[in-house]
Amino acid sequence: MTMQLTVLLFASLKDAAQASSVEVEVPDGATSEDLRRATGEQFPVLARYLAHVRVAVNQEYAVGAVVLNEGDEVALLPPVAGGC
Amino acid sequence: MFVVMENILPVEKVAQAAQDELHGGAGAVVTFVGVVRDNSQGHRVRYLEYSAYAPMAESEMRKIGDEVKARWGFPCAMAHRVGKLEIGEASIVIAVASPHRKAAFEACHFAIDRVKETVPVWKKEVAQDGFWWVEDPTGQVQSTSESKP
Repeated sequence: MTMQLTVLLFASLKDAAQASSVEVEVPDGATSEDLRRATGEQFPVLARYLAHVRVAVNQEYAVGAVVLNEGDEVALLPPVAGGC
Repeated sequence: MFVVMENILPVEKVAQAAQDELHGGAGAVVTFVGVVRDNSQGHRVRYLEYSAYAPMAESEMRKIGDEVKARWGFPCAMAHRVGKLEIGEASIVIAVASPHRKAAFEACHFAIDRVKETVPVWKKEVAQDGFWWVEDPTGQVQSTSESKP
């Protein structure tokens, strides 16, 4: 069985995909690291960014490989550059 | 107060929010204001665009406030602006209130350094000769002067 997750994109990734989110299919029980790989396979235009992004699950940085569930809010975050 | 907003930042309100948490016990409020500079690494900057993962940015700013409270024992407030910012406009305001100035300066310095590490906000520099996302891992410069919001 697989599940489909909506993956939010920001900044350079959003520009590259020309979309603020993409739908990525992963196997049940997949982790945030599986999602990183699957995103590159399903959206080659994002592949070169993925080694550098941090994955957030439900608005928290994923530490290591976090198991994902249907309905999770997942985001791929390029290196941040806020403040000033 | 930990907010991401599109409007001009209310500097005094942020400072007041930090001060109010001490209920008259504040002897110092240190306010840091980050503003848009007209140049970056040899490029003449026309304007900046900040974008954020707003709900997570607010929760990460709140965590920094919690760290400040845990380490120094004093309140902190922050506001980060998103959207198009002109030269000279404020992108961030951080205020720390404390009974004495030394701790407030230290904590405010710590807070802006942490913001740059953890808060999911991104900066696009739009210069005369192209635009790019700062910290873009691909280092890509787009050569048109157009900028998509």
